[in-house]
Amino acid sequence: MKLNKYASTLSLLAGLAAAPALAETTELTMYYPISVGGPLTQVVDGMVDEFEAANPDVNVTAIYAGNYDDTRVKALAAINAGEAVQTSVMFSIDMLELQSRGVIRPFNDFVKTEEDQQWLDSFYPALMENGQLDGQTYGIPFQRSTIVMFYNKDAFREAGLDPEKAPTTWAEMADVASKLVKKNGSGETERWGLMVPSTGYPYWMFGAFAKQQGETLMNQAGTEVNFNSPKMVEALQYWRDLGDKYQVMPTGTIEWGTLRQEFLEQNTAMMWHTTGNLTAVMQQASFDVGVAQLPGNVEPGSPTGGGNFYLMNSGSEAEQEAAFRLVKFMTAPERSAQWSIATGYVGISEAAYATADLQDYAKQVPQALVARDQLSVATAELATYDAGRVRRVLDDAIQSTLTGQASAEEALNTAQSQAERLLRRANRG
Amino acid sequence: MPNTLLNSMRSSNFAFAWMLLLPAMVLLSCFTYFPAFSAFYNSLFATDFSGARHFALQDNLLDLYYDPVFWRALTNNLWYALITVPASMILALVMALWVNEKFLGRSLLRLSFFLPTMLPMVAAANIWMFFYSPNIGLFNRVLAVFGIQGANWLGDPSTALWATMLLAIWKEAGFFMIFYLAALQAIPSELNDAARLEAPGYFYRLRRFILPLLGPTTLFVFINAVIHAFKVVDHLFILTKGGPNNASTLLLYYIYETAFAFFDAGYAAILTMVLLLLLGLCSAIQFALSHKRVHYR
Repeated sequence: MKLNKYASTLSLLAGLAAAPALAETTELTMYYPISVGGPLTQVVDGMVDEFEAANPDVNVTAIYAGNYDDTRVKALAAINAGEAVQTSVMFSIDMLELQSRGVIRPFNDFVKTEEDQQWLDSFYPALMENGQLDGQTYGIPFQRSTIVMFYNKDAFREAGLDPEKAPTTWAEMADVASKLVKKNGSGETERWGLMVPSTGYPYWMFGAFAKQQGETLMNQAGTEVNFNSPKMVEALQYWRDLGDKYQVMPTGTIEWGTLRQEFLEQNTAMMWHTTGNLTAVMQQASFDVGVAQLPGNVEPGSPTGGGNFYLMNSGSEAEQEAAFRLVKFMTAPERSAQWSIATGYVGISEAAYATADLQDYAKQVPQALVARDQLSVATAELATYDAGRVRRVLDDAIQSTLTGQASAEEALNTAQSQAERLLRRANRG
Repeated sequence: MPNTLLNSMRSSNFAFAWMLLLPAMVLLSCFTYFPAFSAFYNSLFATDFSGARHFALQDNLLDLYYDPVFWRALTNNLWYALITVPASMILALVMALWVNEKFLGRSLLRLSFFLPTMLPMVAAANIWMFFYSPNIGLFNRVLAVFGIQGANWLGDPSTALWATMLLAIWKEAGFFMIFYLAALQAIPSELNDAARLEAPGYFYRLRRFILPLLGPTTLFVFINAVIHAFKVVDHLFILTKGGPNNASTLLLYYIYETAFAFFDAGYAAILTMVLLLLLGLCSAIQFALSHKRVHYR
């Protein structure tokens, strides 16, 4: 009895405290991932606080949920358990899967005014490729990246190369890289010319080689893949040759997670990595860092990557409407500029680059503009049905080639037939 | 004794026994048996992309049979168990025997042996990832001092699985040491003294006296080590993600990937059944052996 009394008094007090806001507060839950270094949860929390200050009727619980896979698992598990999750930041390439499972709804449902429409049209087209289906927009870009080439300008000078001239073709890159290799007295390599990571997201890096061959890895609908065309085999062969033939890169796979550290400790003079790492690299490097667009073979290019905002089919219509407002707020030019400065992710709209903040920052750190400039030659990231498995068979093919277990052609033929089988199954369903 | 009294005693005993069993039963059914049965039930079906379920046991089994990654994970896991279980047990025993002796700095040594156990696996893996790194890593730097060119431990299919095993052994041995140490300290000192009188040779005593007395502990540790070899895959998420080209993938990691990265609950369920079967078989064999070989008194 006594306990009961306590509890009711407590809940009464709590009720009183919350009462003024309670009447019209909308509760929102949002899950988001972070997959690059740095204290970035604070930045997101700060932006959410700003939103709440501007919208006193909405209370947002923003939950940091780990990497992209974790976030998707947790958000979907919460929804399955009957909790409302109105919006989440998830992998841009998960759209087809999420849409076919009916867990997301298009932003178009809430686009009512002229201004809403302008907002929807304000993003770089390359960033929308992984977010639209059948004329509807399911993904709004947030933490989006491309792959860029980071290079050590001091090492360039040391090797007698022009530090302002990064290689722009494959042949040139192999050549420059071989000049950057430094060996010690006993013939061991002290500094490699180049490292392209091949764990974590090998298919993403391969997407860049593919684009540079003038091809894409899949069709727009995500129902067919193009893994084993002659151009693709040539691309993978080149990647392997960087280690085997030109010997400018270690053989075997190169770890995504430690690569930034390798670059910072000058074990490699150049690396391909996500622009999401830019700020951390600029802050921690003890040498002069250059950032360049990736070189091309047939043409230059890189896939986009990263996370989009999704509207989940969860919670009441009023809550989803509030979630729509939240997404609009989080992707406004000022926030995008702030997020881009904090991380290195690309600003998502031209307006973001027109803000005073980002213009000032670009004056100090001109490297920050490389990713934006590359957007004009960017393509969609590998996204198909049964995407996890399809990515995986390509990852396996890449790794088996790089580690010398199979030739590029064998590995890609296997990947192609496996992916075709997976997609046939998906279509049959 | 009148029949009725006997009956009521019987039934009250009966009720009492069930009451005692109830908490464990409820917990086991909720968190072990129900999930196991539901995994079994799920393994009979497949969910297609419209979300509809249909009976597909045969398809699932065929997929299993023709899935090279599954066979890879299975063989990897068998090797993993075959190496890590004896290695971590022997290491644990040696460490326990050592820190059971009296010498200066014993507590410090005990602590340092146990330290790896206290670290979460994911934290340990994050540290080891940098140990293994080919250029900036500790191992290769140490090897370089001796003029040996180190390998790309995690990036080479021929070494990746071994690298994950080494971390597991380092991590598990300290944990098992605690059990051995406790068992060693429970050996009565008069027995010890008697053994010393009878057999002055240390290794003879170890073989004929200490090890037999450690029998029950060894069985316990062995069962746990086998289970851990199939159950603990946290480090794979950090170190290799099962790569390169599935060279270091283990069953449970593959199950996680199938269920949560590939969204394929049905196939993950049938993989789970395989794992369950395997572990069931292991414990059956172990218990059968234990009746013959282990002295509990």
